[in-house]
Amino acid sequence: MMNDAAMPDHLMIAPILIPLVAGALMLFYSDRNRQTKLIMGLVAVGLTFLASVELMADVKSATEQGGTVVGLYRLGDWPVPIGIVLVLDRLSAMMVMLTALLAAPSLIYAAAGWHGKGQHYHSMFQFLLAGVNGSFLTGDLFNLFVFFEVMLAASYGLMLHGSGPERIKAGLHYLAVNLAASLFFLIGVALVYGTTGTLNMADIGRALYWLDDAERLLFHAAATFLGLAFLIKAAAWPLCFWLPPTYGAASPPAAAIMAIMTKVGIYVILRLSLLVLGPDAGPSAGFGASVLMIGGVVTMAFGMIGILGTPELVRKGGYLAIISSGTVLAAIGFAQAGGGSSMLGGALYYMVGSTAAISAFFLIAEPVSRNDEGDDDAPAEDDGFDPLSERWAPMGLGTVEDTTAPASQRTVSWLTMAICFGLVAAMIAGLPPMPGFIGKFAILRGAVQDNLPASGHLPVILWAYAAMLILSGLGALIALMRFGIRRFWAEEGPTPRILALEVVPVVMLLGMIGLQTVRSDALLGYTSATADALLEPRVYRSAVLAEAQDVRAAPVQSLSPDPLPEPEAEAEPENGPEEGAQ
Amino acid sequence: MELILALAIGILVGSGVWLLLRPRSYQVIIGLCLLAYGVNLFIFAMGRLYVGAAPIMPKGGFVDPTAYADPVPQALVLTAIVISFATTALFLVLMIASRGATGTDHVDGRERHP
Repeated sequence: MMNDAAMPDHLMIAPILIPLVAGALMLFYSDRNRQTKLIMGLVAVGLTFLASVELMADVKSATEQGGTVVGLYRLGDWPVPIGIVLVLDRLSAMMVMLTALLAAPSLIYAAAGWHGKGQHYHSMFQFLLAGVNGSFLTGDLFNLFVFFEVMLAASYGLMLHGSGPERIKAGLHYLAVNLAASLFFLIGVALVYGTTGTLNMADIGRALYWLDDAERLLFHAAATFLGLAFLIKAAAWPLCFWLPPTYGAASPPAAAIMAIMTKVGIYVILRLSLLVLGPDAGPSAGFGASVLMIGGVVTMAFGMIGILGTPELVRKGGYLAIISSGTVLAAIGFAQAGGGSSMLGGALYYMVGSTAAISAFFLIAEPVSRNDEGDDDAPAEDDGFDPLSERWAPMGLGTVEDTTAPASQRTVSWLTMAICFGLVAAMIAGLPPMPGFIGKFAILRGAVQDNLPASGHLPVILWAYAAMLILSGLGALIALMRFGIRRFWAEEGPTPRILALEVVPVVMLLGMIGLQTVRSDALLGYTSATADALLEPRVYRSAVLAEAQDVRAAPVQSLSPDPLPEPEAEAEPENGPEEGAQ
Repeated sequence: MELILALAIGILVGSGVWLLLRPRSYQVIIGLCLLAYGVNLFIFAMGRLYVGAAPIMPKGGFVDPTAYADPVPQALVLTAIVISFATTALFLVLMIASRGATGTDHVDGRERHP
C-alpha cells in the first residue's frame, strides 16, 4: 500500500460500513420479514468476508514486496495524529476475516428459529459485527472505546434475545460488569491523554519515550486501568466470573458470535502491550508482562477446574472460552517479556482455531442437551411450532416416530451432532490432527526453541505454562468425553429433534477447522509473520506516523513532530502534540 | 479549584463504588451513574483546568493554543456521557424486567434470607 497516499484504500472501511448499513437497513422492515432480514444479513456477512479476503491479500502482497507495511485510512482525511485513523495490518486483517467466518454459521443457525424469539435479532447481530470489526481496525484509543461500546450495546441485546428470567438475571450481571469495565476504560483513556497528549495508538508509543518519571507512573496507572478493562472483556482469571453464566444463558447463536468478543479483549491487549509497552519502550518495556503471564496460567487452571466441575454443557463452553483466553494471554505476556515470536505465532494460530471451536461448541451444546433433565428452563421448541421444520423434513432429518418399534432411535442428525461434538472436543483438547494440537505444539516448540538456548534453562513460569497447556487440554478432554459418553452412548430412548439448519453451521465451522489443519503451514506461516510484525512496533509506528510528519509541516506554523515541549512539563501545560504548544 | 474538583471526583467515585457493591439493583444503577459522573469529571480534568478560556479557536491564522481550553477532552466527555446515558437507560429497563421476572430487586434475583 505504498501508493495509497494519492487514493485512500476505501476497502478498509468496508468491514465496518457493510454491517452497519445492513443493520440499519433492516430496521426499515417489519420484524415479520425475518427471511428478508436473514438474507440481507447473509449477503452483508458475505460481502464483509470478501472485503476481508481482499484486505488480507493486500496485506500479504505488501509484505512480500518488502517489509511490514501497514495500511492506513484517515477518516474524514484529517491529518494523522489529530484525526482518527483505521489501521490495517496482518493481525487486524486476520481478525476481521475470522469474525466474518464465524458470523455466517451463527446467522444460519439463528434461522432455525432463534431469530424469531425476539425483536431485531438481525440488526443487533450486524451492529455487533460492525463494532467488532471497528475495534479490530481502529488505530485510535477513543475510537476503540466507541466501537467497543457499539459492540457491547449490541451484545446486551443479543444476550437478552429470547428473554426469560434466566437470561434477564445473567444479563443484569453482564451489563453491570461491562458498564464498570467501560468506566475503567474511560479512566485509562483519560489518563493516557493526560500524560501523553495523544490518543493515536502509534503516537502514544512514541510520546511515551519523552515522559518523565512522574508522568510515566501515571501512564503506568493508565495502562493498568486499560488492562483491567480489557482483561474483564477477555475473561482473565479474577475477572472472568461473569462469563460462564452469561454465555450459558445467551441463546446459542448469540453465544457463538459472542465467542469472538473475548478475542476482542485479547486483541486489544495484544495490540497495546506490544505496540506501546513492547521491548523497545525504554523504562516501560514489559510493563504488565508478568501479570499477563501469571494471570494467563492461572486463568487456564481456573478454566480447567471449571470445566471439570460444572455439569451443564453450555457452561463448559464458557470455561473453554476462559481456557482459550488464558492460553493466548500468557503467550502475549511471554512475547512482551521477550520470549520470542514463534510462541506468539503459535498462540495466534491456536486462537483462530479455538475461537471457531468454541463457537461450534455453543451451537452444539444447546441441541445436544435438549430435553435434558432440566427440561423446564430449556426453551421447548416442539412439534409444529417451528415452521421451518416442515420445510427441512424431506431431507430426512426429522425424527423417526411413526414406526412402532424402531431398532434404534438414533437419527442421522443426532449422529452427526455426536460426531461433531467428538471432533470439537478433540480440537479443544488438542488431539493430533486438529489445529488445537498444532497450535499448542507450535507454542511449546517456540517456548523451548527461543528460550532454552539463551539461558540454558527454562524459567519456572514457562514450565508452569507448558504444564497447564497440556493439563488444560486433558481436563477439557476428560470433561467433554465424560459428557459425550453419558449422553451419546449410554443414554437410551428417543433422541431430540435436531434441525438441518442447526447441523449445517456446525459442519461449516468444523470444515473451517479442518481447512485450518490441511493448510496449517500457510496459516502458521501467516501467524508467525504476524507475530514477527507485532514484535517490531517501530515499523507499525513509523508507518502510521509517516504521513503525520507531512501533514504537520503543512500548517503555517510548522511543528516539528518529535520534540515535545519537555521543559514545560513540570508546569503541566497542555503539551499534546496536536495542540502543539511551542 | 483543583482541590474542589479532586474532592468531587473522589466523593462521586467513592459513593459510586460503594453503591455498586450493594445488593439492590436500584443501588447498583445509582452507583453506576455516580461512577460515570466521577469519570466524566476526571476525563474533563485530564485536559487540564482552565478558567475562562474558549475551546474553539478562531478561523484563519494561528493562535496561541495555551490561551484556549483543550477541546479534545470535551469531545471525549460528550461521547462518554451519551454512551453511559444510553447504557444506563438499558440497565434501567433490564432492572425493571428483572424485578418483574423474579419478583425481587435483589441483583441475584433471589433474597439471601427468604
